[in-house]
Amino acid sequence: MCLGVPGQIVETKGEEALFRGARVSFGGILKDVSLACVPEASVGDWVLVHAGLALTVLDEQDARQQLDDLRRMIELEDELSDELSDELGEGEQERGA
Amino acid sequence: MSGNDAGGKDTGGKARLDVQLSCPAPVGTRDRVVLGHGGGGLMTNRLIEDVFLGAFDNPWLGTRHDGAVVPLGTARLAISTDSYVVSPMFFPGGDIGKLALCGTVNDVAMCGARPLYVSAGFILEEGTPIEALRRVVSSMQAVAREVGVQVVTGDTKVVERGRGDQIYINTTGVGLVEAGRQVAPNRVREGDVVLLSGDVGRHGIAVMSAREGVAFETTIESDCAPLASMVQGLFDAGVDVRCLRDCTRGGVASALVEIAEVARVEVEIRDDAWVVEAEVLGACELFGLDPLFIANEGCLVAFVAPEDVAKALAVMRADPAGRHAREVGRVMKAERAEVRLRSSLGTSRVIELLSGEQLPRIC
Amino acid sequence: MKFVREFRDGEATQRCAETIAREARHHWTIMEVCGGQTHSIMRFGLDALLPPAVELVHGPGCPVCVTPLELIDKALVVASRDDVIFCSFGDMLRVPGSDGDLFTARARGADVRIVYAPTDAVAVAHKNPDKQVVFFAVGFETTAPANALALLQAHTAGLTNFSMLVSHVLVPPAVAAIARSPTCRVQGLLAAGHVCTVMGYAEYEPLAAQYRLPIVVTGFEPVDILSGILACIRQLEQGQFVVENGYGRAVRREGNAHARAMIEEVFEVTDRVWRGIGVIAESGYRLRAKYAAFDAEVRFSVEDVGARESTACRSGLVLQGLIKPNECSEFAVRCTPENPLGATMVSSEGACAAYHRYRRRAMGREVDA
Repeated sequence: MCLGVPGQIVETKGEEALFRGARVSFGGILKDVSLACVPEASVGDWVLVHAGLALTVLDEQDARQQLDDLRRMIELEDELSDELSDELGEGEQERGA
Repeated sequence: MSGNDAGGKDTGGKARLDVQLSCPAPVGTRDRVVLGHGGGGLMTNRLIEDVFLGAFDNPWLGTRHDGAVVPLGTARLAISTDSYVVSPMFFPGGDIGKLALCGTVNDVAMCGARPLYVSAGFILEEGTPIEALRRVVSSMQAVAREVGVQVVTGDTKVVERGRGDQIYINTTGVGLVEAGRQVAPNRVREGDVVLLSGDVGRHGIAVMSAREGVAFETTIESDCAPLASMVQGLFDAGVDVRCLRDCTRGGVASALVEIAEVARVEVEIRDDAWVVEAEVLGACELFGLDPLFIANEGCLVAFVAPEDVAKALAVMRADPAGRHAREVGRVMKAERAEVRLRSSLGTSRVIELLSGEQLPRIC
Repeated sequence: MKFVREFRDGEATQRCAETIAREARHHWTIMEVCGGQTHSIMRFGLDALLPPAVELVHGPGCPVCVTPLELIDKALVVASRDDVIFCSFGDMLRVPGSDGDLFTARARGADVRIVYAPTDAVAVAHKNPDKQVVFFAVGFETTAPANALALLQAHTAGLTNFSMLVSHVLVPPAVAAIARSPTCRVQGLLAAGHVCTVMGYAEYEPLAAQYRLPIVVTGFEPVDILSGILACIRQLEQGQFVVENGYGRAVRREGNAHARAMIEEVFEVTDRVWRGIGVIAESGYRLRAKYAAFDAEVRFSVEDVGARESTACRSGLVLQGLIKPNECSEFAVRCTPENPLGATMVSSEGACAAYHRYRRRAMGREVDA
């Protein structure tokens, strides 16, 4: 359910809350989107769009954090498994790409 | 985890669920024609089976190709017909006239033939500006000149205002197939390589961008282009071309599924192998569409012998319509007649025909 | 940061799956609530990456699946009127009612149009002052603000030729209904990310505590889904059951206050019938009385149009993960994708439709109706 698609605001228009909108770029195509629910959004922001309405301004810092955490977890596991295989004396931990 | 692990697992104990990625789509039995019957998917096939195949039963119709190769004296004639009702009739990168010529010429070329002559029938709505018709016809002539075919006969009918959509065109093309040349699904065999001549989805998205209700701004242009010279180039270079299909209505996916089903082979394609322009991808994400099912009008799949891949790609890439030609897959040992999509994650799923056309979705 | 490509990274996805395989010491059944997540799982083949110990069951989160037959029938009646232009999301056009779908209505002469946004339907109303324009306002919480916005715009513009046929459903009551069932198999839950973008996730906290159910707010890309499953498994292995936000880039605990205010202004909570499950108390929205003038059911007097769902359908049990589709006696016998008896055979995201396709392939014509 509920397709939500990230897009970047290239231009805002209108002032009145219900009718404030933006031209939003989705990989280069431009679509008019309502900003009625994200009055704080401005040009350059990434918004999550569902059925023509921006539902939130996406948090870039959080997105980076999530990916960094994941990367750290993977590195940590690699170190652990290296130590483990050193201890076992043979490299059993086979890992494909 | 390697790709083999994943492949082994999904045929293992765990139930593998193959679902069609459009929601929802029961193929109901219907007593009237609905738009989905024109979508090039299961509903189109059912209509053909229910209404046409029974009435016009013959071996050529049964081949489920976009054209037929028939004997005529000592020669073999390829013949194909197609009707064009695209709305809007002028779209970024082309118009209904260019489409009508390219489409039919391409269908003839997919039979392995050199296209020679074309007929054109026009159904015009009362009130259509003559200037629009003039533009459309001149686009047709430009393609005819480029390809070297002649529009040798035609027909014009006018319907009352409101009973058509300005201009509909039917074109029929004929061409000659060189002696001994066989280009058909039944020549496809294990080990053949699947080549795709272009990037995916531009025509469908360009036309959609101009439609009321879903309109958006884009620089995407239709890929509408004649493919006859590319095909001729393949033969001239001595490529063993087993089967060809242009990826129009229903997109690359439908073209591959139809070939796999008729040839009774399993085709595996890789999801990172083909090119999709960023804007096409953007539109697909936004409306929940699968680019592999979006129509193209200047893009073909070619099944070729494995030893001819390099040669074939060189020919394709030398053609303006073939800049993005890629090897996208392979014919596997035939267990089931189906197309499998192998993802870069190492997983795979079966690709099935859609029931009708893809619709913009919210879920 | 493009917010999509990064979260489809092949290596990160596979490594997440490996970590799940290493950490799952028991058999766990996890439900992804949202049809969009089901879609991603199928599209990317994510279930094939999971170890046998982790079983995914698909939840009721497909608005197309759960919109009751009765509402489709009402839509068909309204759409078939000569004075009506009926606007809908593309999803709803192929959902069968008692007598055909909206495409059939169109083939019979109805003016049915696909729109991308509910506000596009308002624009159609502006352009066609001599016609009644009706928008089919379906969906979960995610879609409610867009539908509310369309109504508020029409109201502000004083449009008298715009109305809505409303069939909104809410996720938490459905989740509670599933968790409450004494035979519930679901042990962990991936909450629907975009629903939470609008509503936040505070509502899920009492559910997690009451039903001892780990709930992870989860996004829709491969990395998101596998991270969500991993977080769920970790809670399960450690005996925890709290709400975690695994979709921080799009979800705050309180949701979107502006969106919620708009929903609050236009809609009020009501009981709703879920196709295949039945009535769930306080599980949907209807228009508030002050906007009754925009209620298509009232305007076109279709409040009494009723329809009876087949009693043979056991999709409610399927949706709760209690039976597998092929354990239903009607499966592939009277109930097929072409002639569905219930919700889960309707949508291609539905579990029965998925099983039907799989079984037919596996067993040839054996189960062909």
